[in-house]
Amino acid sequence: MSLFSVIRETLFGFKSLIVGMRITALEAAKPIKTVQYPHDTLPMPARFRGHIQLVLDPVTGRPKCNACTVCEKACPSGCIDLDGLKREGDKRKSVSKYLLDFTKCSLCGSCVEACPSDAIEFSRQYNVVSLSRTTFDNMDLYAKAEAEASEWTKNHPAPAEAVVAASAVPEDGLKPALPSAPAA
Amino acid sequence: MTTFLSLEPVRVLLYLVGVCAFVGANAAYLVLAERKGAGRIQRRPGPNEAGWAGILQPLADGAKLLAKQVMAPPGTDGLLYRLAPLMVMAPPLMCLVTIPFGEHLVARNINIGLLFVFAFGSINVMALMLGGWASRNKFSIMSAARVVSQNVAYEIPMLLVVITMLMVTGTLDLNEIVTQQSGGFWNWNVLRGIWDFKAGHIGANPLMPVTFVIFYICMLAETNRAPFDMAEAESELVAGAFTEYGGMGFGVFFMAEYANIVVGCSVATVLFFGGYESPIGILSGGLWGTAWFLAKAYALIFTVIWVRWTFPRTQFYNLLNLSWKILIPISLVTLLLTGVMMKVPMLLHRLF
Repeated sequence: MSLFSVIRETLFGFKSLIVGMRITALEAAKPIKTVQYPHDTLPMPARFRGHIQLVLDPVTGRPKCNACTVCEKACPSGCIDLDGLKREGDKRKSVSKYLLDFTKCSLCGSCVEACPSDAIEFSRQYNVVSLSRTTFDNMDLYAKAEAEASEWTKNHPAPAEAVVAASAVPEDGLKPALPSAPAA
Repeated sequence: MTTFLSLEPVRVLLYLVGVCAFVGANAAYLVLAERKGAGRIQRRPGPNEAGWAGILQPLADGAKLLAKQVMAPPGTDGLLYRLAPLMVMAPPLMCLVTIPFGEHLVARNINIGLLFVFAFGSINVMALMLGGWASRNKFSIMSAARVVSQNVAYEIPMLLVVITMLMVTGTLDLNEIVTQQSGGFWNWNVLRGIWDFKAGHIGANPLMPVTFVIFYICMLAETNRAPFDMAEAESELVAGAFTEYGGMGFGVFFMAEYANIVVGCSVATVLFFGGYESPIGILSGGLWGTAWFLAKAYALIFTVIWVRWTFPRTQFYNLLNLSWKILIPISLVTLLLTGVMMKVPMLLHRLF
């Protein structure tokens, strides 16, 4: 190697060092990407697979599920246990019990695929943690859906005729289906 | 009061307290700056939970290290194992004696200050070597061997560069080296070599900026900083010479590393960037001088951090090649060039 090629190589190498320094300096000037997890969270992606949950009908605010038990049969791990009953004034059965054994669930999604009325979906619940197994081996999805339904009715004030219908609430405390779409 | 402060024992005590506090605070907060800087470069915030923006993180780290037990593993050389952290801390403390932080803010200005700094700066490698040897650990011994060969290799170009500087300045007195560079940034040694504005003729060495780069690279290698951190090399040698150290024994090695960086950058500031002299000619003297000095030194220190988080670690033979094949020849060339440029005009003047 001649002297000049050594000098040229050294200068070239030094220039590459300067380029590297410039890159890191420019990166340092850019805004920070970190999401401070417990304080901030990213929105969950649309296709995230959390445990399943019951879907509410956007018109009536009631769970869409009509207790056909297709999901129960589709589940390869047998972790769904559901029951339905025919409520007064309804034409069809509706869900009255929906227990999920999440300890067995492999999130395969067969139940969601099998459901003929799109009544179950994956939740976005990713921080499922507990100190005891009992929290997850009997998850009451129906109670959760009921809580959501009562929240829904609070946010969607019933029209006048619905209030009349609501006065005839059956003894078991279940509200009847709201007849029409609310204004909101 | 002033007579009391200038009493010799009081002066020594003040110096000790001041330098220890300075080194301690620097080590603590440079670690934070390092982590913050690494974070910024990798686009994350770095430590930000302890106090506002992580300002209390060094206290938490220090408390953790102090609470840990320092234990010597069986088979170590007990005395050397315990002595190494002390020995690694002593040289930077000694070097800070002669560094002028301001016009009058110097522990003891001796007329061989530069020699003093390099004499003590070179002991640093001894401590790392003894620590590595005494640990009775394969990785530590390998690291000790690396430290010695690395420091021997980089001491040479560094001292050649310093000799070049000496030929320009003509003095070993750090205070005087600084006052020679007064008046503005064009009078700093790094530019004075190209054109001497004070004397109004061409300077003694147009390669002076290259000289500074060599000095800086050697400083990185001498303080075992990335990309030359062969002593630690955590991906190859666990933690190198520090493998068997825990608690504050380990902490002291890191304090010494940062203290060495501070010393190295301070010397670079004094030699090349006019020390406490103002870069614009005004706002000089007194506390302004100290502020300028610290601003320059910390700019260099943050560049050390910037370099660390930019370049990957070199391979060991590349490290030695860089020194023996590139840095030493270039520094010899600058040395020769300086000699020629200083003496030839004198010779011509005498002849004709």
